[in-house]
Amino acid sequence: MAGTVTPHDAKTLIEQLPILQVLVPFCTAPLIVLIGSRRMAWALAFAAAVISLVISYALLMQVYGGGFISYQLGGWAPPLGIEYRVDAANALVMLLISAIATVTLPFAYESVKDEITSKNHTLFYACFMLCYTGLMGVVITGDAFNVFVFLEISSLSTYVLVAQGAGRDKRALTAAYDYLIMGTIGATFFVIGIGFLFMSTGTLNMADLADRIAEQGTNRTIHAGFAFIVVGMGLKAAMYPLHLWLPKAYTFAPSAVTVFLSATSTKMAIYVILRFMFSIYNPDFIFALNVMFLVFMPLALIAMFSASFVAVFQVNFKRMLAYSSIAQIGYMLLGIAIFNLSGLTGTMVHMFNHGITKALLFMGVGALVLRTGSSFYNNLNGLGRLMPLTVAPIVVGGLSLIGVPGTAGFVSKWMLVQGAFENGWWVVAILIVLSSLLAVVYVWRAIEVLYLTEPAEGAKMAEAPMSMLIPMWILAIACIWFGVATDLPLGAASTAAEVLLSGSFGMVE
Amino acid sequence: MHHHHLILRVVTKLLAGTIILYALYVQFHGDFSPGGGFQAGVIMAVAFILYGIVFGLVAVQQVFPPWLVHKLVALGVLIYAGTGVYAMMLGYEFLDYGAFDPGHPSHGQHNGILAVELGVGVTVTGVMIAIYYAFAGRAPRISDEDW
Amino acid sequence: MDWDFIAGHVNYWMFIVLMMTGLYIVVSSGNLVKKIVGLNIFQVAVFMLYISIGKITGGTAPIFPSDRQGHLEIDPTIVYSNPLPHVLILTAIVVGVATTSLGLALIIRIREEFDTIESDDLVKIEQQLTSADNKEHGEAMGGMA
Repeated sequence: MAGTVTPHDAKTLIEQLPILQVLVPFCTAPLIVLIGSRRMAWALAFAAAVISLVISYALLMQVYGGGFISYQLGGWAPPLGIEYRVDAANALVMLLISAIATVTLPFAYESVKDEITSKNHTLFYACFMLCYTGLMGVVITGDAFNVFVFLEISSLSTYVLVAQGAGRDKRALTAAYDYLIMGTIGATFFVIGIGFLFMSTGTLNMADLADRIAEQGTNRTIHAGFAFIVVGMGLKAAMYPLHLWLPKAYTFAPSAVTVFLSATSTKMAIYVILRFMFSIYNPDFIFALNVMFLVFMPLALIAMFSASFVAVFQVNFKRMLAYSSIAQIGYMLLGIAIFNLSGLTGTMVHMFNHGITKALLFMGVGALVLRTGSSFYNNLNGLGRLMPLTVAPIVVGGLSLIGVPGTAGFVSKWMLVQGAFENGWWVVAILIVLSSLLAVVYVWRAIEVLYLTEPAEGAKMAEAPMSMLIPMWILAIACIWFGVATDLPLGAASTAAEVLLSGSFGMVE
Repeated sequence: MHHHHLILRVVTKLLAGTIILYALYVQFHGDFSPGGGFQAGVIMAVAFILYGIVFGLVAVQQVFPPWLVHKLVALGVLIYAGTGVYAMMLGYEFLDYGAFDPGHPSHGQHNGILAVELGVGVTVTGVMIAIYYAFAGRAPRISDEDW
Repeated sequence: MDWDFIAGHVNYWMFIVLMMTGLYIVVSSGNLVKKIVGLNIFQVAVFMLYISIGKITGGTAPIFPSDRQGHLEIDPTIVYSNPLPHVLILTAIVVGVATTSLGLALIIRIREEFDTIESDDLVKIEQQLTSADNKEHGEAMGGMA
């Protein structure tokens, strides 16, 4: 650009959408700090979330049928400049993240007031917005190193958010510290992997990386880079043996933070694994195939069973849900390992469906914590009778977690089973169903406590406030809606899976 | 306190102004010589941190109160992002500094970089001082005699 | 694997040594501050990897000389080092500083709450808290917290 005078066509707002997606929450964070008003902080954050929800919907509609949008930062054309690239795969993930942020914020209003000291509220919302910016940035960017930068923006603010739980339980601090150590190791592994890729290709743009790897073939440097990237992102995604940070972080973080993180941050990491695996490393790439079959599948199956099994024996509702998250991440990895259109569609839809389901369940726990001050089962006895409007959505979420037909969870598990059968892996298909039975057990325990036990003598419990009930019911209806009308997520997810399987970055016509 | 370290106190008073001046030089001469917002911000912060170490946290916080530090951190980020948004309003891509002087894009680049680096400098100054305040503001649980 | 190969890649060997040292400190050290130190060494190893990538044999600093009017005088025979890794590492260094200060801040808070920064003691305290939770909430439900 520099030095030459070229006629310029002014960019329209529509063309600026990809950057606005990141910029809106990014500018909101410092604005919140600058204004410094507690009430305005929440309002600004909510406004930013709503605006970016609209933007991500507009972006998804543009790429719904295939194709991609490319946006050059600073007018420097890729592969030299940083590029934002939107296709069906990341548009769907962005829609999930922005939708979750939009419903989490109204929920957070009361929950944050209750759980976090008031002098930290403005900084809390600023951190929340930074975390959101980071997640959006990781998903939208088409530049490998930029992924790392945004990843660290979201991670660093996540550690702060988790540590905010210290007001209720001091173990939040050690949870945040452990997460910091593990997360930083993960991010550093990831950046080493990118270094290896850069070393052997000389480029950082994802599309360009894919071209050059396809051109020059692979070598051991590229393989090593792949291993580092998978391990690094696996740490962030809480892939089975790398999940140790997750139960503590989710249990002791403030409710609103757990809601947001459980629904978005691990999904973001899974998305990055998908993106690198399929868009940069050619999917025909036999090495990646072996990794999927020999590493991802066994780990996914172990995660599905062992984490579910641990979840069954928990006495803390929140911790039980955290373990169940690890199991559900196993399903997503299994979809990648199945490696056909149905399996990948299953992964994409499960990211979406599990996002709304888990957000709903953690919101339910948050609402119960607001009223009872505890998330242990023996303090929740019979609450289903005392506060029916609050507990009913939890039941819907629980059913969706199991994968009962008619709920969102069923659709994605069905796709996974179908994908397994297409490969002739009927054992895997049976295992998917069997592990869902474990989900029945742990969800049943919660429902038993909430409905079938006697509430404490003469106990009176008010329903959760409207600002919590409305987001919960919206998510509960979404769980059922996406279980019945499957067009939007399935359509977008199968386009996304096609994009990924076609290998080239968003080149599907 | 005030009767000790006479040399340190005098030297600090002399140095603080010089360091700030040098920071401004590094900030605005970053176009032509090594430097820029990151370095300048750290140097600027050093002036205040030095003052704080020698004269105590209370003294430096009278000059530079913690609330102001937090606002500066946010302000710098907004200057950076605002530069990019201004380019967008002129119909260019985010952070396309060519927008500031369409007839001569390299001049636009100069202006844009200057504005962005100013934002970086303000934020880095704020962050460094904020980190210092955060750590220095905690009273140690073990007094010096206990060691 | 001759001597030239080994000596010629000395910075990569150092990268591996530093990386493993850092990782080992993070894993083995019981002191939270030492873990952060290990993390820093680990990150510095990565900086070294990137800067090694940017080095081109015989390359000079990537600054184009210009005449007094400000016109670039580009000499195609001069070999320049690749500046991109340096820029990337500048970002990574900033990230490292942020991580370190956040980690240390967390350690201060942990010390205020738990009165220790040795992970063995922390684990012990947490086990006590967990077993207290179990006593209070677990026995009634026949499970573990």
